[in-house]
Amino acid sequence: MRLALADELAKQQRSISVAEFFEKNKHLLGFDSPTRGVITTIKEAVDNALDACEEAQVLPDIFISIKKTGPDIFRIIVEDNGPGIIAAQVPYVFGKLLYGSRFHQIRQTRGQQGIGISAAVLYAQLTSGLPTVVISRTGAKEPAHRFEIQIRIETNEPDIISEQPFDWDRTHGTRVQIEFKSTMSAKKKLLEYLRYTSVVNPHARFRVELDDESFTFERVSQEVIACPVAIQPHPHGIEFGQLKRMAAASDQKLADFLVENFSRVGKKTAQEMGERAGLKSTVKANGLSMDELKSLLSAMQAVAVPAPPTSQCLSPIGEELIRRGLDKEFQMDFVAARTRPNSVFSGHPFMVEAAIGYGGKLPVEGNAILLRFANRVPLMYQQGACAITECVANINWKSYNITQQGLPVGPVLILVHVASTNVPFTSESKDAIASIPEIEKEIVLVLQDLGRELKNFVSRRDKNKQAEDRARAVCAIIPEIALKVSEIVEKPVVDTTPIEGKLMRKMIAKKSSRGGKVTIELANYSGYDGEISVYDISADPAVDAVPKADFVSEIDGQFTKVWKVTVPSKEVWRAMYTGKGGGLLDIRGIDDSRKMVVDLDV
Amino acid sequence: MSREELEKKSMAALLGIASAWYDQMKTGEIPSISLPTRTKYNIEFDDASEVWKYGDRESMRTAASAKSATHLLKMAYVIGFIKQQLSENRSSTLREMYYISEGWKRAKFSAQDESNFLIEDLEILSEVPREGFHLHPEENGASIYGPMRIREETRRGMKTIHCQDDVGQAGYTIPNNVENIEFVDHDAKFVIAIETGGMYDRLIENGFDEEFSAILVHLKGQPARSTRRMLNRISSTWDLPVLVFTDGDPWSYRIFASVAYGAIKSAHMSELLATPRSQFLGLQPSDIRDYNLPSDKLTEKDVEALNAELTDPRFATDYWKKQISLQIDMGLKSEQQAFAARGLDFVTKKYLPERLSEMGII
Repeated sequence: MRLALADELAKQQRSISVAEFFEKNKHLLGFDSPTRGVITTIKEAVDNALDACEEAQVLPDIFISIKKTGPDIFRIIVEDNGPGIIAAQVPYVFGKLLYGSRFHQIRQTRGQQGIGISAAVLYAQLTSGLPTVVISRTGAKEPAHRFEIQIRIETNEPDIISEQPFDWDRTHGTRVQIEFKSTMSAKKKLLEYLRYTSVVNPHARFRVELDDESFTFERVSQEVIACPVAIQPHPHGIEFGQLKRMAAASDQKLADFLVENFSRVGKKTAQEMGERAGLKSTVKANGLSMDELKSLLSAMQAVAVPAPPTSQCLSPIGEELIRRGLDKEFQMDFVAARTRPNSVFSGHPFMVEAAIGYGGKLPVEGNAILLRFANRVPLMYQQGACAITECVANINWKSYNITQQGLPVGPVLILVHVASTNVPFTSESKDAIASIPEIEKEIVLVLQDLGRELKNFVSRRDKNKQAEDRARAVCAIIPEIALKVSEIVEKPVVDTTPIEGKLMRKMIAKKSSRGGKVTIELANYSGYDGEISVYDISADPAVDAVPKADFVSEIDGQFTKVWKVTVPSKEVWRAMYTGKGGGLLDIRGIDDSRKMVVDLDV
Repeated sequence: MSREELEKKSMAALLGIASAWYDQMKTGEIPSISLPTRTKYNIEFDDASEVWKYGDRESMRTAASAKSATHLLKMAYVIGFIKQQLSENRSSTLREMYYISEGWKRAKFSAQDESNFLIEDLEILSEVPREGFHLHPEENGASIYGPMRIREETRRGMKTIHCQDDVGQAGYTIPNNVENIEFVDHDAKFVIAIETGGMYDRLIENGFDEEFSAILVHLKGQPARSTRRMLNRISSTWDLPVLVFTDGDPWSYRIFASVAYGAIKSAHMSELLATPRSQFLGLQPSDIRDYNLPSDKLTEKDVEALNAELTDPRFATDYWKKQISLQIDMGLKSEQQAFAARGLDFVTKKYLPERLSEMGII
């Protein structure tokens, strides 16, 4: 009886291809819903394009198009000006899961495992049944090739439906066209993704066509970013399987094996590791037994080794470019960015950079906008599960004068970028960064630093506001109090200019209108003689101005009147003309801190 | 203080404020004004007058910010307005003044609360009640019924009124300005101030005022200033005890406290408005138990209020501690009119006579 059951079970037991596995577990790769599928596909294609352009040292020019081709079928095209893929490799890159160039390298890249784009190909063939069309060209002298590709699900091998040379106007680059079942309900999220991508890739230009609409995210930097260089693994960041594979592939003596295959291991360190593991430094690495390898691994991790070199394998965006990227996409009153020094967790180099923006067009209500990035890729989902979010929420923002309900609240934008040779994600869909104490510490430090800067800005702004408020009180309201009080006590109107002078110690420019007459008044309490240009911009042409303006120009019905005057200390200069007032008044030729402009009609 | 004196005093005080500002500005100073802080943290018991008054805490308002300057500007406009009103012998309601401020541009009030508050500020600064500014609230006062004769200076001449013989069933309506009343004579032994209209009507219908020589005053809930001023004047002019008869719940005890000791909002007027000689008659928590009155359960908010009263200095007597603790234990509250459950005459024939003799009033 038992035997029969085992036989029965044995008939059902067989190996599963990777492709089959992912067909059943689409959510692991970010294809859990048709809506999300669009974003994931574009994200994977754009990641690949940006990585390729970086390696080829060209400024990325990426074209994205989404078109509805049938009821709930969408055609997605992503085209780049990268180095292209040689014809023999194209079927594998797109038609085989877990095929990639970057998996074995230790450096900062966007894509890593070679799953993303082929998963999209798989998703397309499962939902629409249509093959993916790829055109690629590696140079002006090479012809372009056009492929129609699917994946053989049972074997995880590419299935080339057609291959032919193609007459393409691009000299190099890759174009991929995928059609699958989807909806456009995530349009806002998609544009958000592209916008965020453009913020952290300021050297790239994105053109987007969504049905009939088109958008461009322009580049703000003309500099190609340095491609991160691969480094050797660090003894503290290696696992048993990898050590075993490396040892088996080596015919070197143990000491040489350690020195030549790992970063930051010198002769002395190698010797120490050998001694600690109870191994002679002359044994051959490929001759080590399983147990010997295990003690070697623990010895390698116990011995103090300097942190891996980080400067070349990581590519920070940089404070200046983050600021410019944010400025371009979000109009804010304040932006500050910081790049932390490189650091290491479990032998993996990493680095954190962050930025805080405030005010401007950011929404005043609701939580702060939080932009999370890992290796220059925006993280669009699972904000709540991410270590970055946790760090932001754990900071006491109130001490930087920002209100907080978990996340900070108000017109605040927070950007955090974690770059690493091995970003620790919580899952394969790469939506959230795992809680690693070393990384969290860096995030908190950089945000605290920026928080202090933000606090300075806000208090400086409040101070200016206070000064303006005071100026309004003194220059506009106190004279009214004087008028009313003098009327009550039945005495001549009391002159309040001494109060102004005493309080302000500034050059005060006032504009007021009464009975169809506009008066501009400059009162110089600054203590210096002032040579001042008065700029008065309003709908009034002021042809009858006394004194006459030195210069008048008109744009769209707005007249700019300019007077060049010298106002000696403690004196008052006046100009009057017929008009309605309003508009803008400014004075130049004096330091901002020594002047105050007040419109008394407001 | 006569009407003329009051007007003279308020005119002088208001002009004093304006002159002080004038002088400040003339010497190049920013105009400013200082006022007692008007919160419960700045309320002190005055042993001499036995009422709660503002303490020493003051806050200075200087026209150095737009907000404060605007406040002073509004004050200047109000002073100008009152000056004109006094010199033309006109008067207006607080609401009318709020609407008049529409024409004051920058000095216009944004809400009536703001103008009411400002008038209270001026009362504090000038030590003159708002009646002295010819300003009164639009709601009319409550009513009085009982053996007393007053003389009221009305807009249509002097009128003498007996509050039983010359009035209708509802009684004599207390005017906004109690200062215009002269107290002629009376035949009363005490005053009962009653929270609800139903109980006030019941006592009149049952002839309680005649039988016991009582002056009945309807408080209409939390009593208006004029009602409190009336009680204060009756009590002090004729030396009569005032007994406060309310519902048996924590909010009604606060009505008693404002009659007896004064309210935070008008602590500057406590001496004029509070009647320290008044006593709490009922409805006592022990009455709910002793007379087995129909009752409701205390809500969470009721219990909270009772607990707050246990720590309130105005209720820091053995009597109140006992009654409030009893009520919290019972978890019950009753309305005055719950006595009707024992018959319509019960309150006038049994409860009040018993309670008043227990208090030593009759």
